[in-house]
Amino acid sequence: MLSPEKCIGCRTCEVVCSFGKIRAFNPKISRVSVFSFDEAAVSVPMMCMQCEEPLCMKVCPTSAITRTGDGVVAVDRDECIGCKLCISACPLGNITYSSVEGGIAKCDLCGGEPKCAEFCPSGAIEFKEPSPNVIAKKKAIASKFKELFGEVNE
Amino acid sequence: MFGWTGTIIRVNLTDGSIKKESLNLRDAHLYLGGRGLGTKIIMDEIDPGINPLSPENKLIFMTGPLTGTMAACPGRYEVVAKAPLTGTIGAANSGGHFGPELKFAGYDGIIFEGRAEKPVYLWINDNSVELRPAERLWGKNTFETTDELLKETAEDARVACIGPAGEKMVLFATVMNDKHRAAGRSGMGAVMGSKNLKAVVVRGTRSVEVADPEVFYEVCTEARKKLKEHPVTGTGLPTYGTEILINVLNQVAALPTRNWRDGGYFEYAEEISGEALREKYLVRNKGCFGCSIGCGRVTRVPEGKYKGFGEGPEYEAGWALGANCGVRDLAAVCKANFICNELGLDPITMGCTIACTMEMYEKGIITKEEIGMETPFGSADAIVELTRMTGLREGFGDRLAEGSYRLASAYGHPELSMSVKKQEMPAYDARGVQGMGLEYATSNRGGCHVRGYMTSPEILGVPVKLDPLVTTDKAKWLKTFQDLTAVVDSAGICLFTTFAIGLPEISAMLKAAIGWDYSDEEVLKIGERIWNLERMFNIGAGFTKADDTLPPRLLNEPLKAGPGKGKVVELDVMLKEYYQLRGWDEDGLPTGDKLRELGIK
Repeated sequence: MLSPEKCIGCRTCEVVCSFGKIRAFNPKISRVSVFSFDEAAVSVPMMCMQCEEPLCMKVCPTSAITRTGDGVVAVDRDECIGCKLCISACPLGNITYSSVEGGIAKCDLCGGEPKCAEFCPSGAIEFKEPSPNVIAKKKAIASKFKELFGEVNE
Repeated sequence: MFGWTGTIIRVNLTDGSIKKESLNLRDAHLYLGGRGLGTKIIMDEIDPGINPLSPENKLIFMTGPLTGTMAACPGRYEVVAKAPLTGTIGAANSGGHFGPELKFAGYDGIIFEGRAEKPVYLWINDNSVELRPAERLWGKNTFETTDELLKETAEDARVACIGPAGEKMVLFATVMNDKHRAAGRSGMGAVMGSKNLKAVVVRGTRSVEVADPEVFYEVCTEARKKLKEHPVTGTGLPTYGTEILINVLNQVAALPTRNWRDGGYFEYAEEISGEALREKYLVRNKGCFGCSIGCGRVTRVPEGKYKGFGEGPEYEAGWALGANCGVRDLAAVCKANFICNELGLDPITMGCTIACTMEMYEKGIITKEEIGMETPFGSADAIVELTRMTGLREGFGDRLAEGSYRLASAYGHPELSMSVKKQEMPAYDARGVQGMGLEYATSNRGGCHVRGYMTSPEILGVPVKLDPLVTTDKAKWLKTFQDLTAVVDSAGICLFTTFAIGLPEISAMLKAAIGWDYSDEEVLKIGERIWNLERMFNIGAGFTKADDTLPPRLLNEPLKAGPGKGKVVELDVMLKEYYQLRGWDEDGLPTGDKLRELGIK
């Protein structure tokens, strides 16, 4: 789950992600990227959302991309021919090519223990089921109604 | 190479030549990087007697071996040159994302020499390094400059630049990177302006490697955990930012008020505190590269005549422009601080120079006609307008641009400048925090709190609580703090980590990154070596024991209230002990034995 409202723009996720992949530090090969909008004062972490119907998977000519039982959209490096069609197909722009590793780079959830979520200092990236967060958001909106109608009733 | 990238860029602005040099590994092992290595290069390559604003001065941007890694708060780089405000060695540290990006481009640092005939900027895109014309950017503020340069180069590049204050060589001009982060003190922006260098833009796609990845991961994870769990770095700074200190220092009556004239208690402190900032203008927290603290304040004053947007104020800026000028209007303090960032000014020296002007105005030494406006303590309009005028050297701002010491001296009242070695002291009344008095007097870049932050043990009780009103053991503590801080500033990590972690954690990160088998004592020795090298530069520049002093107000006028009531700074007794502990002679000169022991001589 991503909560941009909590993101402080520190890019710790980028630096630990790259370490998990290449045992060195390089935000350019990170599977997560943080975009900061200065005047809007918002930072948004972007990464593969592990789509339920992944277009990257559909477009892959060698079936190198599959959706595993754990819900991870995974790239099989041995099958991948490096055609980069998946990069074009991803509507979110969350697949890149890593020149350092020489291949397609996308989030694989680090085998179920994503480093970005572990090290995120503000809780902007969390690895969990989506439902509780959605409830929190609904509640936040609901409480605005409460405030509004509360004032009217007074 | 591990930790370091192994390459330094040398740019001769006079003839436009650009060279890539191998990092001198022997020096890197002795001085690490950042402040230490930058000072070593300055010491080797310039005569300490030169005019800091002449082409003979060099301007160095230097990262450390931990910059751009996953170490605790690894976003720092240092700008080093002979300082125009003080005439001492100048070194100013900044966070944001610029320093790490320089490492990702494959460079540990950049040395700028000479002076360009016309304004230029340096564009570094991995291997490609070129000087480009910057005439059309001259006169633009730091925000406009950054936006235009990102358009002209690459969206994902990082910019360090000067504003109009640096161009006009205001003696306390900053180098600003990522718009809001400042290499703030001692006038590094003025040196950059003197060289006609408007900006450095960098983009990198390469990796920073460490010697022992598994151990490095482990020790960094442990250090980050300690930062998360510590009340200062885990709760206080994330919640209220550095401004949390306003109320803390006011409660112990050590918040200098009205140019330090009225002692350490500001009756309106609540109104300019971190708590008030959070409630009224905070938009969100912001962290520098790889930071787990997030003390940065993104703030917005939504309406009114002080409407504006930016970051800060930090505690020092909030105090300098607020309590020290007697100003209780937080919106005006925010606005003046935003202007400092946009024009590229150090808000500490700015606020203190205005405070000094206010005292001279109230004493009748300077008139309304000279300044162009009424300037009593408490005038919110004055801090905003005088800050703007200073950044542009407009009207009386041209006088303020020289800092409080030169200004007050010109009117025959140098004693009203609350400065050490011509740099204004920050926000801790040393009469109530004795160790800070020794820190100000001995800091190698003049009045400064971040060379040995004695407030940490004396007020915050970190790592242990010391009685702030006594002189006992202060010299010993300060020496250790100064040496450790020199290591931190040279490693490329943030000083704020040291609330939660100390020498063992820092040296563990360094050792795993570089592949050393140094002992903790040897790592601390690096800090002592840096401290002594800085001292040798200053001695070469003509500084003596007589300069290791404080303004007469702190030595002769006792505090009027609070726990420190009746106290002055007992400097002599601490200074004597300090020289002895440092292995310096009675005149404060490092002995031959000490220099040989440190490998300086």
